[in-house]
Amino acid sequence: MNDESIVIVAIRSDADIIAARQQGRQIAASLGFTSTEQALIATAISEVARNIVEYAQKGEITIQAFSERGKHGILVQARDQGPGIADLDLAMQDGYSTSNSLGLGLPGTKRLMDEFDITSEIGKGTTVTMKKWRY
Amino acid sequence: MAVPILKQHDYLIATVQSTLTDSDMMQLQNDLAERVGRFRSKGVIIDVTVLDVMDSFACRMIRTIAQVIRLRGAETVLVGIQPDVAFAMVQLGLSLDNVPTALDLEDGLALLEQRIRGRHNHER
Ligand SMILES: Nc1ncnc2c1ncn2[C@@H]1O[C@H](COP(=O)(O)OP(=O)(O)O)[C@@H](O)[C@H]1O
Ligand SMILES: [Mg+2]
Repeated sequence: MNDESIVIVAIRSDADIIAARQQGRQIAASLGFTSTEQALIATAISEVARNIVEYAQKGEITIQAFSERGKHGILVQARDQGPGIADLDLAMQDGYSTSNSLGLGLPGTKRLMDEFDITSEIGKGTTVTMKKWRY
Repeated sequence: MAVPILKQHDYLIATVQSTLTDSDMMQLQNDLAERVGRFRSKGVIIDVTVLDVMDSFACRMIRTIAQVIRLRGAETVLVGIQPDVAFAMVQLGLSLDNVPTALDLEDGLALLEQRIRGRHNHER
């Protein structure tokens, strides 16, 4: 996979969650990530894709290779135009959930990846951007 | 794809064959709860050797299934979590709560045996 290609997966259902994480694993493998790293990346994608289905109903995930100052890695972005998150600090806390689930998706995903950024606006939507470097 | 469930003496063995959709997981829960009653099973093994991702949703589902089975009077043991999956689960912060785990089917059956005996002694 070269640096220019971007894979976009539309997310609307649990089947799309599976498709997105399989795409992520495949791309990570083609970039030379170890099988352990592939599992971390696939799990992170699964969490943010699940959040799209659960809270925003639909959205998309883009996956691409990237390079920065001679370093290489994988860049994943999850975007939706759902309800947004009122309190990001709260949402990033372990165990915080508005759907009575485990509340580990966002904080856990941050631990799985090397870089993690979330922006959200009420009524506009949520974007999660995350990277993993290939060492 | 639905998860096939094998009956072996007092046990049920559910071997996950491929990535599970939400409805597969719901069906597994219903099938196990029903069969534990029908066959008067004492224990259930869920074999997840083929799973390459265990996210928080799947983890919660498995915890729920184990709770349902416990309420039906049987014990559950989860077997076959792969090293990469285990590592990702730890990083994510997932715990299986009090669902016991074993390396593989053989160890799982031994653990089930032990737990069922323990439960029996406890009740006496
Ligand atoms: N894409 C999203 N749109 C709106 N709200 C979200 C989104 N993702 C996460 N949230 C909010 O952040 C909370 C924490 O998310 P997460 O850490 O994945 O835990 P969980 O999904 O188990 O509740 C959710 O309960 C929800 O309120
Ligand atoms: Mg979540």
